[in-house]
Amino acid sequence: MTTNPVLAAVDDDAAPLTHHQLRELYTLMAAVRHLDTSAVAWQRQGIIPGYAPELGQEAAQVGSGYAVDRTRDFVFPTYREMGVARAMGLDMVGYMSTHKATWHGGMYNPLESRFAPIQAVVAGSVLHAVGWAHGQTLSGNAAGDMGVAMTYFGDGASSQGDVHEAMNFAAVMKAPVVFFIQNNGWAISVPTERQVAGGSVAARAAGYSIPSLQVDGNDVVAVFEATRSAFAHCRAGNGPVVIEAMTYRRGPHSTADDPGRYRTLEEERLDAGEDPLERFKQRLLTDGVADEAFFADAQRLAVEEEEAVRAGIADLGPRPGAEMFSLVFQEPTPALQSQATAWREESEHA
Amino acid sequence: MPETITDLRLKDDSTETDTAGVQQLSMQQALNRALDEILAKNPKAVIFGEDCGRLGGVFRITDGLQAKHGEDRVFDTPLAESGILGMSVGLAMAGFHPIPEVQFDGFAYPAINQIVCQIARMNYRSRGTLPMPITLRVPSFGGIRAPEHHGESLEALFAHVPGLKVVSPSTPHDAYHLLKYAAARPDPVIFMEPKSRYWQKGPVDVTNATPGTAAHDDGGLTGARVAREGRHLTLVAWGAMVSRCLQVAELAAEDGIDVEVLDLRWLKPIDAEALARSVGKTRRAVVVHEAPLTSGLGAEVAQLITQSCFATLKAPVERVTGFDVPYPSGDLEDEYIPNIDRILFGIQRVLEYRRG
Repeated sequence: MTTNPVLAAVDDDAAPLTHHQLRELYTLMAAVRHLDTSAVAWQRQGIIPGYAPELGQEAAQVGSGYAVDRTRDFVFPTYREMGVARAMGLDMVGYMSTHKATWHGGMYNPLESRFAPIQAVVAGSVLHAVGWAHGQTLSGNAAGDMGVAMTYFGDGASSQGDVHEAMNFAAVMKAPVVFFIQNNGWAISVPTERQVAGGSVAARAAGYSIPSLQVDGNDVVAVFEATRSAFAHCRAGNGPVVIEAMTYRRGPHSTADDPGRYRTLEEERLDAGEDPLERFKQRLLTDGVADEAFFADAQRLAVEEEEAVRAGIADLGPRPGAEMFSLVFQEPTPALQSQATAWREESEHA
Repeated sequence: MPETITDLRLKDDSTETDTAGVQQLSMQQALNRALDEILAKNPKAVIFGEDCGRLGGVFRITDGLQAKHGEDRVFDTPLAESGILGMSVGLAMAGFHPIPEVQFDGFAYPAINQIVCQIARMNYRSRGTLPMPITLRVPSFGGIRAPEHHGESLEALFAHVPGLKVVSPSTPHDAYHLLKYAAARPDPVIFMEPKSRYWQKGPVDVTNATPGTAAHDDGGLTGARVAREGRHLTLVAWGAMVSRCLQVAELAAEDGIDVEVLDLRWLKPIDAEALARSVGKTRRAVVVHEAPLTSGLGAEVAQLITQSCFATLKAPVERVTGFDVPYPSGDLEDEYIPNIDRILFGIQRVLEYRRG
């Protein structure tokens, strides 16, 4: 793992995480792990049509999401950031509604949650983050008080041109944006070495003179501290940062994927490394931060939460069809209004 | 967009005279003046793109605006259209009113994901919480002998995308008011500027409030415009083709054919009522556009006319368009863009149609 010294100097004063915060991080990771594995089960049970699991990425997602200041920052996700959403305190029924196919982008309020709509064209939102971040500069926010955009994408998305345009724009404009790459080793079936030229995504940042760091994405504390440093760097008006969290996608790309076609179980065991949740648990035990009773409690809370989200999802029901027409524009066109009228009349007649 | 876009008063600017509020401006000057007023009135409006800052744009549409309004309001970006349009999305999410420019129409293609998947859908995707008040200025159509990708006719592509609105002015007066109107909208508008008309002068009434930007609508700019009254048939056109159709109408008049010219202006939403009114009167129609024939906007216009005027039409709606070829290089441009003769042949086909 390499760290760029430019960043290390920025956040010298940052306090170490308190025991309370460490326990909170574990509670979040446990909740995310249970909700994630449950969502796969929901799909198998027919409760939701599809899901993109993040098994093994809990540390990368919770650690980074925990560093977001929800009063002034804004996060631009793709479709695999459930753990970030949970760490930021989103309405998880609203989040999961995308996977229930209730509404593209989810049912949560992006402005209130500071979490942009879920995005399937994975590099598309990377540019949105740069635009939003440049807006903070244009708004004349003082250095040190700048809102920061954090954009999530993977090793696969890093192949798309929009990522390169985004990094170049951000560097030229010194936009306060954190490019957070979760390198989970696989872009569906294609491994990183067949996806990313130049050795790593972080290495590309040098070409744009953006400070970058690779971090152990399975170490939640390391991820949090790296993200906190990056935010401090951006907030101080120093421009963008690239963080590449090295992790591993332990499960399939989505519930429709079959990893057995492109990797063996033996390879998975060798490549995945240590389970980030189990690793953090052992650390907390060793350091005397938490005991077995705490972990049992965290698991109980996770189960309760999952049950509540599952019930909420079950209660969602389909959206009223009129929304299909009424949410296209702020000012609907006459043609769209007449289509809505025709749809209503024909639906009622049927 | 008012719900009844055709209820507004239609105004024919050819009857304007030079009075205190009417100035003779080129379309380039009219657009420049509109942008200047937008920046002055709306502190959240920002203009950006390639070379639009210090240079003032390759067509000088943004000339002098950076010097007057500052580098935060009018700025040059790196040369990357997807970047420009993707950045617009984020700025809109941050509460700004972006007025980006792609330098030439063909350069909208590299940004098509951001236009179609992002700008057009973000309001829908976010259930109305993230409106995209973006006015994308696109110097459009051919006629200036430009190299490849510097002259294209993309209106059907844009108009087909749910979530986008599309408009193209044909006169300096309309350019001035429509740009101000578009920039005041909460929805994304593709503003197609007929680049071959940038340097043509015409009267611009700068005293009239622009509809949608004042307390009351009074300019009649939100629907189609009858550019010339006539009895025998209707030529439907937009953008650069309107002036050519007016020329054709003058020539046809010498042969006793009284042609009405309808300037569609809005390509989405199309003013179906104005089409019905005009063709309901003339009972014959020819649609003229530069874009290729197949799946072009002419087909949409023909269907709207058929729907409202089928019983009284004296002939099928004709189309005079570009061909199903890539927009050709300058030397072949005159063969491709509907010229006066081809439009006259179209008129002839409609007038001589006999039911089999």
